[in-house]
This record gives sequence, C-alpha cells and structure tokens, in this order.
Amino acid sequence: MANHIDDATIEYVGILAKLELSGEEKEQAKKDMESMLDYVDKLNELDTSGVEPMSHVFPVHNVFREDVVTNGDGSEDTLANAPEEQDHAFVVPKTII
Amino acid sequence: MNILGLTALELGRKIKEKEISVVEATKAALHQIKAVDGDIHGFVSYDEESALKRAQEVQKGIEEGKYTGPLAGVPMAIKDNICTKGYTTTCSSKILENFVPTYSAQAIENLMDAGVVFLGKTNMDEFAMGSTTETSAFGVTRNPWDTNKVPGGSSGGSAAAVAANECFMALGSDTGGSIRQPSSYCGVTGMKPTYGTVSRYGLIAYGSSLDQIGPIAKDVSDCAALLETIASYDAKDSTSVKLDAYDFTSALVDDVKGLKIGIPRDYFGEGLDSEVGQAVKNAAKVLEEKGAIVEEFDLGLVEYAIPAYYVIASAEASSNLSRFDGVKYGYRAKDYEGLHDMYKKTRSEGFGPEVKRRIMLGSFVLSSGYYDAYYLKALRTKALIKKEFDKAFEKYDVILGPVAPTTAPKIGDSLSDPIKMYLGDIYTISVNLAGLPGMSLPCGKDSNGMPIGLQIIGDCFQEKKVIRAAYAFEQTRTYEAPEIAKGGAEHE
Repeated sequence: MANHIDDATIEYVGILAKLELSGEEKEQAKKDMESMLDYVDKLNELDTSGVEPMSHVFPVHNVFREDVVTNGDGSEDTLANAPEEQDHAFVVPKTII
Repeated sequence: MNILGLTALELGRKIKEKEISVVEATKAALHQIKAVDGDIHGFVSYDEESALKRAQEVQKGIEEGKYTGPLAGVPMAIKDNICTKGYTTTCSSKILENFVPTYSAQAIENLMDAGVVFLGKTNMDEFAMGSTTETSAFGVTRNPWDTNKVPGGSSGGSAAAVAANECFMALGSDTGGSIRQPSSYCGVTGMKPTYGTVSRYGLIAYGSSLDQIGPIAKDVSDCAALLETIASYDAKDSTSVKLDAYDFTSALVDDVKGLKIGIPRDYFGEGLDSEVGQAVKNAAKVLEEKGAIVEEFDLGLVEYAIPAYYVIASAEASSNLSRFDGVKYGYRAKDYEGLHDMYKKTRSEGFGPEVKRRIMLGSFVLSSGYYDAYYLKALRTKALIKKEFDKAFEKYDVILGPVAPTTAPKIGDSLSDPIKMYLGDIYTISVNLAGLPGMSLPCGKDSNGMPIGLQIIGDCFQEKKVIRAAYAFEQTRTYEAPEIAKGGAEHE
C-alpha cells in the first residue's frame, strides 16, 4: 500500500509541528513521510485486536510529593539564557492586538 | 607510566595509592584531547581551566577523606544532551548552541558526589536522532579506528573519546541503541540500563519512554562501577524506580556455569554481515566452553520493532521538542512578524533536517484521524514485543546477539537513505521498547580491522546477569585500543 501525502496534509502537519518549510523542503518532507508510512504500514500485518496499548513497560502511577520548594531563586541564571530580556522578564513579540 | 592506557578503576586505585595525582591524570587526558581531537572531534566543547580546578579540589577531597569511591579523581566526558550546571549543553543543535543549564542532571550530581572530574561535553547526533553522529550541527565525529568511518551514534562522541583515550570513561544516552551501537563501532564497552534505573532528570528528552543514561568505558568493570555511581532513585523523575540494591560491581564474577543463554535465530538472518555473525557465534561458543548453557530460539516480531519505534519515538520527540520556541532559551530567529512566525522561523532555522523529519512524522502520527492507526497501533505492537521478551526470559538468563548488522560504515554513506539507516538499529531498538538492560562489548574485528560488538540483553532489572556474562567473556580477551589512542600519550 502506497501512502500519498498531499499539499494540504503537509501544510497542516507543518502547522502542528510549528515548522515553516520551504517549497523544496515540503516536497522532500512529503517523500520522506510517504516512504516512512509505507514502511510503518508493516505493523498492519500484526493482529493487535484486544491488545492494550502499552505506554509504559512497568505499571506506573502518578507520583505525588508535597509541594515544598527545595531549590532557591534561580531567576537570574534562568533569564541569562533568554534570547531577549527586559526588566527581569522574557521579551516576546506582541501577542494581544 | 602510561596513564592513558589505564582503565578508570585502575586509575582510581593508583590515585588512591598516591601513585598518580588527579591533576596529572587530568592533564594527561587534556593533553590527549589536544593531540587527537582535531582528527576525532569527539568533543563539542571542553574546558581545560575548570577541569584542572576541579582536579585540584578533588585531590584535596580525596586526601581529606571526602571522596572515597573507586572513581574519585577519574576524568570523564559527558554527552552533550545531559545538563551540566553553568556549562553549555547543546544537544549538538544550533537551537541550543548557547544554552547554559541552571541545574545539573541527577546523574551528574551523583558523579560530583563521587569525586569525578569533568573534561567536557561530547558530540552526538542532533537531539540524539541518528546512528552516525553525522546529524550534529557542529560537524561529524570520526571513528578512532579509521577516521574515514563514522563512530556510530547517537553517543558517537562519547564512544570515540573513550576509544581514543581522550577520557577514561563517558556518559551516553540510549533511546534506540545510542550507547550500544557506537560502543560496538568504536571497540569499547557500553551499557543501557533498565528503564528507570538512572534518573532522567536533566537529560534533554528525545523519546521519554525509551531514553536512559548509561556508561561507556574501556571494560565491563568500569561500566559496572560507573553505573553503580549514576544509578539512584530520584523523586524528580516520576519514572525512576527504587531498586533493592545498586551493587552492580558485585556481579563482576568470572563464572557462567549453568547460566542459560538464548540466541535468537531471527538475529542472524538477512542483512547481517557474515564476519559480524561469525564473531558473535564464536563469543557464544566461548561462553559455552566456560560452562554456560547456550541454545538457539525464535524470538519473534523482530522486524516490527523498528516501525513501532519510529512511530513512538517520533511522536514523543514532536511533543518533547515543542519547548524549543525561542522564548526562554536558545536560538531565536532574527526576522519575524508576530509570535507564531517567531516560533516557526526559530524552529525552522534552529533544527536540522533529521530532527525536522522526526518532528513532522511525530506530529502526523499524533494528529486526529491518524492517532489510532499509527500511534496506538505502535503501542500495541510494543506490548506484543514485550511479551515475546517475557517468554524468552522465562527460559533464559540472558539473550546474546550482535549489536549492529555491520561494522562502522564510511562517513557520508548513511544519511542519504534514512530507512536504510534506521534498519541498522534492528538488534538494539526492541531492548528500548521493552525497557530492558543491554550491554555492548568488543568480541572481535572484521577483515578491515574494524571492531565488532557483542550484545548481551537481560530481563528488566537483571543487570547483574548481563554484567556477569559480559565479564566472564571479557576475561578471555585483552582490551585493544586503536593506534591513535597512543598518539599523544605521555610516557614518563
């Protein structure tokens, strides 16, 4: 079974992935995704009806702890990584118009 | 004395016995880095000044009785996706090229407490996505055995640095074989622990349900000692598992009498290089002669592990990597119009092609309409694969097989055909899906003189059986270093 990824799909996935692909990159992405999906379709040979999806190998439960602060104020160091900083805050483009 | 030729534990002992100082050992490693890393490029960055400063502190700490462990004073390297407080951690990606973590990974904290000296950060495939270390944004790493060949990946820098004697041991991370395969290609020993054994706190996530930090070293003993140091229960990692015992070095026993070893027939089929297959079978024979019970069996579902893995790992990656948006850290695009445009441009300019490919695939398989058909299907397949291993471990103590179908390929041969590259992970990937421990250690060389790795896989939390089998096999061989490892060696 050959998968076909159309322009609309690649456009949509680009939005989900927050990636802006050039025309050439889009064509490549289509090809890559088609061949990967063709390959992944191999899984359809397996009968998995009645099999529970296994997200974790071990039974894991929510791990709770008391909400106690164990680290100090790291805001200076954290902000030192900011691409843009002003008045002890991250600067981002205007979001509310 | 040839300091560089020592294993980590040998060096630790000599430091303790005051035959070698920590500063001397650190200088020897730095000297070797300067001599050979121009050819190897195992390191993304290293810091001579802070390494020497730390060496002095550790020396003092040892003398004052603060550091008493077997690895105190040993200089090591860290894969560049493991956070080191105050020291750049890039994931070999442009998007994190200037990122300085404000905290250290728990594994690093444990190593600090053990008195280890950090030399620098090692090169890797960008965000650990790749099998060759060629997708690094900072250039390829070269295999110390043949600099025209790849070191494997994604922990290629760590494996190459250990093989080239640029450090005495290193940390890697393994999501689908990223410790074991480069260890195999570079002729060193590496171990991926059971999921949950080493805290993932501070490991920059790729596929969170598969990622584990683990040791890369010159031999099984060093690996066991390093694992013993980094493994711990950590409340900061909700998938961390509290073990009954962390004494992995107690399994360093040269005795495999009665140990039941299963060899999956499915691992010796089409695609496996005959020299690799032969070397692995010879290793099985050696263990049999030492008293192990060796048997062939059918593991099943082997060919479904790779497609399931790429769906699951890409899905998790697309989610994990959504945090890189140019707001709080890392690279930000220069020209953009508005917030969403900034996100998109930042990510498009900051990520390389392989990372984008996996984010796109991951976003697709998680998108509405495809989630059941791809993502849930892969998770169901994972459950079946786990069951196959459960069945196998009812009969066998460990499973033995190759690490990779071939020895290291030439630089430039792998990236043109992603699926072909992915197929190279066939023997390692299912171990991550099932959460199992797996070790890679040298078992021979091919006719081109390239190292061949043997993989020993254990049931969950059965690291000790893996270590015992590996150690017993290792006793029948002598460690061999590539020519370049002797290159800058200081002889006193």
